[in-house]
Amino acid sequence: MDISFKQVNYTYQPNTPFEHHALRNLSFTISSGSFVAIVGHTGSGKSTLIQHLNGLLRPTGGEVSIGPYQLMPGKKVKDIKVLREKVGVVFQYPEHQLFDETVKKDIAFGPKNFGVDYEEIEKRIPPILDAVQLPEELLERSPFDLSGGQMRRVAIAGVLAMDPSVLVLDEPTAGLDPRGQKEMMDMFYQLHNAKGLTTILVTHSMEDALQYADHVIIMDHGTKYMEGTPEDLFVQKDKLQAVQLDLPEIIQFLRKIEDKFQVSLPYEGQTISELGIQLKEHLKGDVTDE
Amino acid sequence: MSNSLIIGQYVPSDSFIHRLDPRTKITMIFLFVIFVFFANSAASYAWLTAFAVGIALATKIKIPFILRGLTPVWFLIIFTFILHLIVTKDGDILFQIFSFPVYSGGVIQGIAISFRFFLLILVTSLLTLTTTPIEITDAIESLLDPLKKIRFPVHELALMMSISLRFIPTLMQETEKISKAQASRGVDFKTGPVKDRIQAIVPLLVPLFVSAFKRAEDLAMAMEARGYQGGEGRTKLRELKIEKRDIFSFIIFGLVIIVLFLLRV
Amino acid sequence: MKKECIEFRNVSFRYSEEGPWVLKNVSFRIPADEGVAIIGHNGSGKSTIAKLINGLLFADEGEVVVLGTPVTEETIWEVRKKVGMVFQNPDNQFVGTTVRDDVAFGLENRGVDRSQMITAIDNSLRAVGMIDYMLHEPHRLSGGQKQRVAIASVLAISPQIIILDEATAMLDPKGRKEIMHTVNEVKDQQGLSLLTITHDLNEITQADRVIVMSKGEVWLEATPREVFAREKELQEIGLDIPFVAKLANELGKVDVPISQQPLNHEELLEELWTYHSNK
Repeated sequence: MDISFKQVNYTYQPNTPFEHHALRNLSFTISSGSFVAIVGHTGSGKSTLIQHLNGLLRPTGGEVSIGPYQLMPGKKVKDIKVLREKVGVVFQYPEHQLFDETVKKDIAFGPKNFGVDYEEIEKRIPPILDAVQLPEELLERSPFDLSGGQMRRVAIAGVLAMDPSVLVLDEPTAGLDPRGQKEMMDMFYQLHNAKGLTTILVTHSMEDALQYADHVIIMDHGTKYMEGTPEDLFVQKDKLQAVQLDLPEIIQFLRKIEDKFQVSLPYEGQTISELGIQLKEHLKGDVTDE
Repeated sequence: MSNSLIIGQYVPSDSFIHRLDPRTKITMIFLFVIFVFFANSAASYAWLTAFAVGIALATKIKIPFILRGLTPVWFLIIFTFILHLIVTKDGDILFQIFSFPVYSGGVIQGIAISFRFFLLILVTSLLTLTTTPIEITDAIESLLDPLKKIRFPVHELALMMSISLRFIPTLMQETEKISKAQASRGVDFKTGPVKDRIQAIVPLLVPLFVSAFKRAEDLAMAMEARGYQGGEGRTKLRELKIEKRDIFSFIIFGLVIIVLFLLRV
Repeated sequence: MKKECIEFRNVSFRYSEEGPWVLKNVSFRIPADEGVAIIGHNGSGKSTIAKLINGLLFADEGEVVVLGTPVTEETIWEVRKKVGMVFQNPDNQFVGTTVRDDVAFGLENRGVDRSQMITAIDNSLRAVGMIDYMLHEPHRLSGGQKQRVAIASVLAISPQIIILDEATAMLDPKGRKEIMHTVNEVKDQQGLSLLTITHDLNEITQADRVIVMSKGEVWLEATPREVFAREKELQEIGLDIPFVAKLANELGKVDVPISQQPLNHEELLEELWTYHSNK
C-alpha cells in the first residue's frame, strides 16, 4: 500500500496551557514495498507520526492516506479495523503488551479480533513461529515464563499473525544484546523481502538505517528535516550534526581515511572485510588516487 | 495525553496564591467550606462569590480555563438544582412542569444550594490549580504531625502519597501505550456492547499490573540501594514556612468572614 | 600500593533453591584505582554481580568483600554508604517528584541536615549538568536526563565506588553518549572507582580491565585490547566488538600489520599511516 502524508499537523491538547505541536506541515510519500527508516531524536515527532499510520491518531490538519484509507481532521474512518489489520505496528518493548494465558492464545489474539477464523489462524501460526525463531513447544507455555528476548518474539509473532501488508517497527531492538539485535533486524529484513511488505522502521541506529533501508526520513521538531536514500543522506555530515545525528561509523571512518591519506574512498555498501581489502590496496603506497 | 487530564491539574505561575504556604491554603479552604453554610442572604452569597472570584483572579490563571475545568461537575450542580426544585414545597406555586408543581421556595432553595455547591467546587479546584500535589502532601504530613504521638504512620502515609504522585504520570503513559498497542491488535475500547467492552479491559489490565509490579520491585530495590530504612532519623529537604503573606491572608480571610456575618439575615 | 576495592571469592548464587545457578564459582578482584567493565550477554549473570556488591542480594556460597568489609546483613548499610548504584530503567529509580527531591532522597535517608543537603544537591547537579532542571518533574525529562539525575543522586552521597548496572541500555545514542561522558568526567574529578556493567562493547574502551561473563562464569579477564582481539569467540557468546576492532581484525587477515589492537579511529588511522609510509 502506498502511504502519503500531505501537510499533516498534529497538536496535543489544543487550546490549553499544555498545547504541544508534535507534527508540523509534514509531507512525504512511501511507495508500496519499500523499506523506510525514520530517524530523529526523542521528541522529534517519530512516535506521533507512526500512530497516524494505523489511525490511532487522526491529523489535526492535512491528510494522511494509507492505500485506500484516508485520515482527515474531524472525520471518522469507517473501517478503522480493516486499516489496523493491514498495518501491523510493533511498538517499543512490545513484550509489555502480552497478557494471555498461553503463547498461542496471545499470538492468536490479533487475528481473532479481526474476525479471522480459527482454522486460518492455526494455519498461520507455524510459519510465523518459524520466522521469529521460536520452538513450537512454547505454544502452550505462559508468555510470562519466557526470557525477555523470547517474550519479544512472541509479541512480534502476534503482530505478524494479523498478516499485515505494512509493518511498522518502533525501535524493535531496544534493550537486546548485540546478537539479539542483529538476529532481530535480519529477521525483519527477511520478512520484508519474503512477504513483499512495506516496512517502516523507527530507529536511532544510523547503522541499521544504512544497512536495511532504501529510503530514510529524518525528523526534527515535528517536521521533515531531510529525506532521501541512505547513501545520499549519510554523507552530509554538517547537516546531520546540526540535528545532533552522527554519520554511520563506517562512513565517519572513510571520511577520516580520505582526509588523512588524500585518497577517494566513497561508501558504496562495502562490508567491513571488503573495506579491509580496499584499504590494503589503497594504502599500500603504490596505488594513487583513482 | 488525554484532554480530560486538565481538570484541577496544577498550572505553574508565580502568583500570590501560588506562593502561599499550602497549609494556609488547605486551612482556609477547610474554613471556607464551613462558612459557606452560614450564607443565607443574597448579599452574603454575593459577598462570598466576590471573594472566590477575587481569589480566582489573583491566581493569574485564565477564568475560562478554570471554568472549563469544572465541566464534569456542572451536571451535578444542575442535578442539585432540579432536585431541590422538585422536593421543596415552600412558598407559592409558580408553574407546573409535567404536572410537578414548582414552588417559589424551591427555586430559591435550588439556586442557593447549587450555588453553594458551585462555590465549594470552585474554591477547591483553586487549591489544586495553584498547589503542586507534593505541596499538598507536605501540608497534610505537617498538619497531621500531632497524630504521630498515637503511632499513626504519618511519614509512611506521606511517602506513599508522594510516590503515587510521582508515578501517576508514568502509569498514565503506560496505560496509553498499552491501550494503543492492543487497539493496534484490533481491540475496540470505545464501541460495541458493554460485555465486549468489559472484556476489552483484560488485555489492558494484565500488562498494566505486570508492569506495575515490576516497577514496584525495581523501585523498592533502588530505594534500598539509596539507603532508605524508614522514617527514623530522616531529615527533610522540603520545608514549609509561614511567611508574612500567609499571616496577611489569614487577616483578610478573617475580615471576609466578619463581613459575611454582617450580611446574614 | 594497590588497595582492594571489591573482591569476589568463589561466589555462587541462585534465586531459589533448586533453581539454576546464576553465578557459578565467580572470583575476581578489583583494585581501588582501576576502572573495570563487566560485560556479558543478557542473562549472563552480570547484573546479579552488581546486586551482590551492595547487598541487595547475598551470595549462597563464597564471599563478597567491599572495601575490606564482607557484605552481610549487618554490614549492608555501611557498604551502601560507599557504593552508589545507577540501574537500568530510568523511570523505576526516580523516587522524587522533582529532580531536586530525587537527589535529596539519599541524603534525607542518611539524616544529612538541610543546609548541607542544599549544597550537596547543588554540587552534584552541577557536576552532571542538570542544575537548570532542578524543579523539573521526571515525566518531563528524557531518559538520558533522568539517568544523569540518578548519577547526581549517587554523587550527592559521596560514595567511593559507582556501579552502572546497564545504565545506558534503555537510552538513545545521544543519551548514551551524555551518560558515558558525564560518568567519566565525574569519575576523574572525584577520584571514584567505576564499575560498568554493560553489553555494549563501545562502553568498555575506557576501562582498564574487562571481565567477560558467560553463562554465570567468568569467561575472560583482560584488557579491552585483548578482548577485542577475540572477535569470533565473543560473537559466539552473544557479544559484538566495535567497528574499529572489527576492521583492524579484517586488516590483520589480509596481512596488513597491526602492531596493537586499536581502541578508536585515531589509533587505527595511526596504524594505517605506519603501513602507508613503510611501503
